Amino acid sequence: MRDRFVSTLMGLAAKDSNVHLITGDLGFGVLKPFWEQFPKQFTNAGIAEQNMTSFAAGMALEGKTVFTYSIGNFPTLRAIEQIRNDCAYHEANVKIVCVGGGFVYGALGMSHHATEDLAIMRALPNVTVVAPADADQAQLATEAIYAQPGTCYLRLGRGGEPKLHDLSGDFQIGKAVPVFEGADIALLFTGAIGDEVLEARTLLADQGIDAAVISFPTLKPLDIDAVVELAARFDIMASVEEHSVLGGLGGAIAEILAELPRPQARLVRIGLNDQYSSIVGTQKYLRGEYGMSARAIAERVGEALDG
Amino acid sequence: MTHLSQGSHIGSILSVADIVAVLYAGIAHVNPDDPQWDGRDRIILSKGHAGAAIYAALAERGFFDVAELATHYADGSRLSGHVSHKGVPGVELSTGSLGHGLSVASGMAYAAKLDEKQHRVFAILGDGECDEGSVWEAALVASHYSLGNLVAIIDHNRMQSLDYCESTIALNPFADKRRAFGWNTIEVDGHDHGALQKALEGCHGSEKPTVVIAETIKGKGVSFMEQNILWHYRFPHEGEEYDNAVAELDAQRPAGVGRSGVYTR
Repeated sequence: MRDRFVSTLMGLAAKDSNVHLITGDLGFGVLKPFWEQFPKQFTNAGIAEQNMTSFAAGMALEGKTVFTYSIGNFPTLRAIEQIRNDCAYHEANVKIVCVGGGFVYGALGMSHHATEDLAIMRALPNVTVVAPADADQAQLATEAIYAQPGTCYLRLGRGGEPKLHDLSGDFQIGKAVPVFEGADIALLFTGAIGDEVLEARTLLADQGIDAAVISFPTLKPLDIDAVVELAARFDIMASVEEHSVLGGLGGAIAEILAELPRPQARLVRIGLNDQYSSIVGTQKYLRGEYGMSARAIAERVGEALDG
Repeated sequence: MTHLSQGSHIGSILSVADIVAVLYAGIAHVNPDDPQWDGRDRIILSKGHAGAAIYAALAERGFFDVAELATHYADGSRLSGHVSHKGVPGVELSTGSLGHGLSVASGMAYAAKLDEKQHRVFAILGDGECDEGSVWEAALVASHYSLGNLVAIIDHNRMQSLDYCESTIALNPFADKRRAFGWNTIEVDGHDHGALQKALEGCHGSEKPTVVIAETIKGKGVSFMEQNILWHYRFPHEGEEYDNAVAELDAQRPAGVGRSGVYTR
């Protein structure tokens, strides 16, 4: 996903000399092809994310399309006021790219676990929030945020995410992507946790439960029509995200459901349960520890059906 | 303006007024008939709380009607207390949270340099603002990328929100720090128009970014406001306070310069 982002951006940089990539001194081995091929469209801003973000806004106000690049919480939380005031308020063409959403850097500890970024970025007006599920979707998302004026947040996994079923079709900002049809319950997810969701679907099928799966690569603007339609069609829907259950996909869906004319589907929010991840381990291990593994998803959904 | 609006920061506004006047009166190339003219010099007020000074200068230069200055702080006004670009021709950047302006200005200067454009970017900062770490991040980066088209002007009135800068978080040796960061550093009397002009013209074509440390007096021009932190917050009240302040400023008006509309009640 990370490499596909870089190769996609290189394609854009070749076509448009106003595309500029700024890194906060990260991307060893990843960004090298970019800086070798486009040295005039690449800048290292050093380990100084606040300045990097305002600096990017300044460049964008002068006509550049600037991608800022860092990992985990550094491009977002470390510079959140710079994003709010200088980028978003000025509708500056800054695309904030995070590699390592969720538990990608699981062994490195909580500082490197991005588990509130979606909620925080989603709260900012004028910011489009995109979290693709796999490399194909990352490519389409990168092209889409390039084409969309204004401030965007692109949350990536790292690399090696399995290719999900048929996500390579039309990609539109603000549109959910159906992955599998299903009759009993709906699993809605955002970001790179699709592999757990698909595995959960298999586990549920073994129990005779037919789950629909819908990918929400855009968290803001959320595909409200899709949520409303799913809420009418299913009794139970579950949101799955490698993120806090507060304010991300689950929170966004809950906001929509709360305002529907009458209660429809019941929502099960699956994610990090309003806590910091204080233990370390691989991404897979931490998903298990914090209740968002395929098994945990299947169990929570099964309980909801029983309840 | 601060009298009508009952607004804060008159001390900061009077402190920076000469700097703003010199910039808009001729140093900076701006065009009121085409505020977005690509060749204009960019002026960013990073100490956004002195926004009234920018609004006044823009109105005097014809970017909008001087009469509108009376709406500063008012319900529904576009002239917010901290300087705003929304709907206000000539304002490059909305600020108010300190420590943003130099970074944005650096990005603008960097983009201009990449595109081989000839305009300059001016950022006006407060000295207390230099407590913010991002100011020094920008100082490093602007120096590293040799942004000779960037000029920071520091309104060095030596006072900040609660006390003198030196008693708060000591900045000295201030100029030495700037030099150590690789900046072309000029110290100047921030109320001497000739000296300001000379400094701002003289640094044109510098290889390094320039910082003009302008020695100023908070509340300059009104005896009872000068060097008094109270006027970071207090507005000139109706009656003796306002009348005396205006009388003192009037007395300092150069020969042949008339009053603007806003404070002719």
